[in-house]
Amino acid sequence: MPAGRKAKSRISAVLPALPFLLPNLLGFLIFTFLPVLACFGLSLTDYRLAPIASLRDFREQIRFVGLGNFVRLLGFGHEAGRLVANDPEFWRYLGNTLFLMLGIPISIAGSLLLALLLNQRLRGVTIFRTVYFLPTVSSAVAVCIVWKWILYQQPNDVGLLNSMLMSIGIVHPPDWLGSMQWAKPAFIIMVLWLGVGGYNCVLYLAGLQGVPQELYEAAALDGAGSWARLRHITWPLLSPTTFFVVTMSVIAGLQGSFLFTAAFLMTGGGPAGATTTLMLYIYNYALAWHQLGYAAAIAAVLFSLVFSFTLINWRYGQRLVHYQ
Amino acid sequence: MGLVAYLALTAVGVTMLVPFAWMLSTSLKAPGYAVEFPPRWIPSEPATVEIAGRTCKVAVVVGGAFLPRSSQEVRAAILRYSPEGVHVRVLSPPDRAGEELTVSEDKLREVRITRLHWENYGQAWRAQGVRVRDAFFGLVRQADGFLVFYTNSIFVTICITLGTVFTSSLAAFAFARLRFPGRDAIFLGYLATLMVPAIVIMLPIYALLSNLRLTNTYAALIFPPMFSAYGTFLLRQFFMTIPRELEDAAIIDGASPFGVYRHIILPLSKPALATLTTFVFLHSWNDFLWPLMVVDRLALKTLPIGLAHFQDSYTTEYHLLMAASVIVMIPVLIVFLIGQRYFVRGIALSGMKG
Repeated sequence: MPAGRKAKSRISAVLPALPFLLPNLLGFLIFTFLPVLACFGLSLTDYRLAPIASLRDFREQIRFVGLGNFVRLLGFGHEAGRLVANDPEFWRYLGNTLFLMLGIPISIAGSLLLALLLNQRLRGVTIFRTVYFLPTVSSAVAVCIVWKWILYQQPNDVGLLNSMLMSIGIVHPPDWLGSMQWAKPAFIIMVLWLGVGGYNCVLYLAGLQGVPQELYEAAALDGAGSWARLRHITWPLLSPTTFFVVTMSVIAGLQGSFLFTAAFLMTGGGPAGATTTLMLYIYNYALAWHQLGYAAAIAAVLFSLVFSFTLINWRYGQRLVHYQ
Repeated sequence: MGLVAYLALTAVGVTMLVPFAWMLSTSLKAPGYAVEFPPRWIPSEPATVEIAGRTCKVAVVVGGAFLPRSSQEVRAAILRYSPEGVHVRVLSPPDRAGEELTVSEDKLREVRITRLHWENYGQAWRAQGVRVRDAFFGLVRQADGFLVFYTNSIFVTICITLGTVFTSSLAAFAFARLRFPGRDAIFLGYLATLMVPAIVIMLPIYALLSNLRLTNTYAALIFPPMFSAYGTFLLRQFFMTIPRELEDAAIIDGASPFGVYRHIILPLSKPALATLTTFVFLHSWNDFLWPLMVVDRLALKTLPIGLAHFQDSYTTEYHLLMAASVIVMIPVLIVFLIGQRYFVRGIALSGMKG
C-alpha cells in the first residue's frame, strides 16, 4: 500500500476508538501515568514545597541533585571510625515495615483455614462469610478508634483486651500502644483481625470451589484421610490462588496503607518511631517537612522494593505453582 | 465434624464482632463511665439522687453494726467522704429515711442502673466545635458537625464512582473490542501502573495541586482518584469474555461501535459493572490518605478525615467517639450488605484472572 494510504487507514482506525478511549486515557495519563514518571523525576531534585508567586520561583526552588537524595537515604558514612548510616531512620522504618509483615503468613494460613471451614456446605455459611468480611469494609478510621480503645492501658484504666487477659490470669498485660516492644505486635494482632476473613478468605473459597469433587471421592476410595487429601489434592490445586494471595498480600504489606492510618491515628508513629512505616515516613517528609524531593526518593525506593519482589516472585514463585 | 466446624466458625465470628459490639456498647454509655475497670458490656452507671441541689450516688448499706435486723436492705445516698468514714443519708426503708449515718466504705455497695444513652448520637452528630459556614457550594449554610462530612463524602463518592465506571467502561470497550495502533502497548502501560505504590502517584499530584493552589477544592478530591487503571483492567478482562457472535450480529445489522457498546456489552456486563461500582464506592468512601493530603479546610473534609478530626477534638470522650464511629460506619454497612454478592463475586473474578 502506498504510504499515504497506510497513514490514512491508521488514522481511520484510531478515530472510532477515540471517543471511547480519550476520557479515560487522558485522565490516566495526567493522574496516573505521568505522576509515576514525575515521582522519579522529583526524586532527583531537592524540591521543597513552598508558596510560589510565579514560574520563576518554581524554577529556582527546584534544584537538580542527581542521586544525592538516594545517597542520603541509602548511603553510609564514616564517623569516628565506624560505619554509620546517613539516614538511620530509614533503615529503622524499613525494619518496622518488614516486621509488621510477619503477620502475613499467619493471616494467609488463617484465611485458608476459614475458607476450608466455610466450604463445608453448612447452612448459614453466608452469614459467617459476611461477618468475617465486615472488618475489611469498615472505615479504617472507625476501626482504629475502637482498637485504640481496646488496646488502652493507663495506671487506673484498662482496655478491653487487657481486662480479658487479666481475667485469664495474665497479671501484668503490657501497655500495648505505649510500649516500644509491644506496639508492633499489637498492630499485627489488629491486622490479623482485619484481614483473616477478608479478601484472601474469599479468594481461597473461590479456589476451593474450583476443586473437582471427584478427586476427593477417588482419594477417599483409596483410603486417604482428611490430612492426606488436604496435602495432596487441595493444597496443590490451590497453589495458583496461594500464589496470587501471597503476591497481593506482600505488595499490600510493603505499602501498608492500613498501617499508615493506624499509626497516624493511634500512635502518631510512636512510641519513639516504633510504629512508623515507610509510608508514614514518606508522608511526614512530604506534608510535615515539605521536602518533596526526598519524599519522592523514599517512594522510589519503596517502589523498587515492590518491583523487585514482584519480579522475583514471578520468576521463582511460578515454579511452586501446579497448574492443571 | 459439622459440629466442630460450626463451633470454630462461631468462635471466629464472635472474635470478628467483639470490637463492633464494644463500639456499640460504649457509644451508649454515660459520659465518664465509658472507661471502667472491669469493663462492662451493658451500659450502666451509678444510680444517683438529687439532695439539696447536689447529685449524690446511691449505695446499699450492707448489713452490720448499726442495723439490728440486717435482713433489711438499706439504701442511702452518699453525701461526702471523710476520714471517719462515709457520711450517708438513708433513703429506704421509709421508717429510717432521713437518718444520717457514718459508715465505713467497705460496708457500701454501689447501686447501678442500666440506661442507654441514645443522646450520645445526637451529641456526636452535632459535633460541637465543627462549625462551618457556606459548606458545599453554599448550599449548606452554617452546618454543624457530621452533616458537613456526610454531604462531602456523598458528593465526592458519587462523582468518583460514576466517573470511574463511565470512563473505565468506555476505555475497556476500546481495549477489548476495537483495534487501533498501540492498543496493546498502551494497555500494558495501564497494567504496569497497577503495581506502583499509591503514594508514588499521589506525591507529584499533590505538588502540582499545591502549586496551582487547587488544594482544598472538590476537583482535587474527585478527579485524581478517578483514573486508576484498576477499573479499566477489570472491565476489559470481563468484556473479553463476551462472545463475539452477538456483536457480529449487531454489526451486520448496521450498529455503530457505540451501539454495540450500549446495547450489547453494557447489558451483559451488569455483574462486572455492579462489582466495580461497589468496589469503587467502598474504596472512595473509606479513602483516608488522599483526602488527608489534599484537604485541610473543615468545610471540605470527608467522613474519614472528619472522624479523625473529631477524635482530635474529643480525645477522651470515648462514648462520643464510639457514637461517631458508628455514625460513620452505617452507610458502608448498608451498601456492603446489599452489594456483598457482587463484591464477593468480583474478588473471585479478579483473583482468577490475576
